[in-house]
Amino acid sequence: MARAAVLGRLNWRVASVAEFVDETPRTRTLVLDVDGWPGHRAGQHVDVRLTAEDGYQAERSYSIASGPSNGKLELTVELIEDGEVSPYLVGEARHGDTFEVRGPIGGWFAWDPAQGGPLLLVGGGSGVVPLRSMLRARPPDVSARLIYSARTLEDVIYRNELEALGDDVVLTLTREQRDGFHTGRVDADLLREAGVPPAQEPRIFVCGPTPFVESVASELVALGHPAERVRTERFGPTGR
Amino acid sequence: MTPISRGFRGRSRPDAPADRVPPGQYVTDDFPVLSAGPTPHTPLDQWTFTIEGEVDEPRSWTWEEFRALPSEQVTKDIHCVTKWSKLDTQWEGVSIDTLLDGVETEADYVLAFCDGGYTTNLPLEDVTGGKAWVAFAYGGEPLEAEHGGPARLLVPHLYFWKSAKWARGLTLRNEDAPGFWEQYGYHNYGDPWREQRYWGD
Repeated sequence: MARAAVLGRLNWRVASVAEFVDETPRTRTLVLDVDGWPGHRAGQHVDVRLTAEDGYQAERSYSIASGPSNGKLELTVELIEDGEVSPYLVGEARHGDTFEVRGPIGGWFAWDPAQGGPLLLVGGGSGVVPLRSMLRARPPDVSARLIYSARTLEDVIYRNELEALGDDVVLTLTREQRDGFHTGRVDADLLREAGVPPAQEPRIFVCGPTPFVESVASELVALGHPAERVRTERFGPTGR
Repeated sequence: MTPISRGFRGRSRPDAPADRVPPGQYVTDDFPVLSAGPTPHTPLDQWTFTIEGEVDEPRSWTWEEFRALPSEQVTKDIHCVTKWSKLDTQWEGVSIDTLLDGVETEADYVLAFCDGGYTTNLPLEDVTGGKAWVAFAYGGEPLEAEHGGPARLLVPHLYFWKSAKWARGLTLRNEDAPGFWEQYGYHNYGDPWREQRYWGD
């Protein structure tokens, strides 16, 4: 295809760990130096490839956590207990370690400031990662509301950064009650109360585990948002 | 040169035979769901499957008519571009050969269209000759909506996004045109054995 010729192949690039931040007991943000990183759009993801000394390789996909203007590439990875790649990225990788990345990938679950807002972002668990990239990409004149569901306060990723956004962020905890936070799943009531009304024609991005996305996307359509404005990204229990 | 990731050893090596797992894939037992938007729920009494485009005469089946067609049970390995492969998945569906039986066409391509606006493009020769089905059952049960029910394409020799969920028909075309994911950076053909994941692969 002509477009492919223009874009060229997405090559594997060497990434080295510049620093890392433990976000929660189960998630870590890796800040990466990537040779020749071409930049990305908020919401896109990358493929990661690890290579063992005997040549064995394993690949997985991870959402990009950083905003497009930050020169570094940041990935926030959740530990999957019986996973193959995430235990390495969350528990083993440290400053100077290297692996490969390929990307950026994906043009559907992505947002450019030029597309405007308002944005309605709904995240479950580590599904908040690509939404955080969108919040970082957002210019001051674009309004946004993030509704983010985590199990407990301890599981809230980017907590300080999100709390600094004030009313733009609504947190709900599904496994504990805390003053100042909603309790329970993201249901129709919370989406009606805290979401952006259909009349404002928000651009909607929903990311999280499959049952979360299934339920939230259905409720949003039931509330009157056109299905074509609800863009979703799901991850299953499979070993990420 | 490929950098070694210090301290990475990998899980115990795949127990599946190498000739069944394409490069860059890993085997999973569960069945992850991936889709671009809300799951559509078309009532069966409003469902049709249509063959149209470059054909002598379009044809269409209601759900009842479709289910009265001869179907086949097939066991296939499937490979998702997001890296998981699932072996020995069991499907029941109507062969696309059956749907195209007697159709006169000079088309070389098909564009599958679906509820929710999703499309995917394939060469006609990749959906004929016993290579593709419109599947309505998985694991002996009616296909669940989140997995593409009531019926989805099943084209197991290509990456699984080509097996379009919520399929409602095929447009036969003389010229190829990229479908949904194919316009968003994914490979136009999608052969997992050649690791054709993205544009330019």
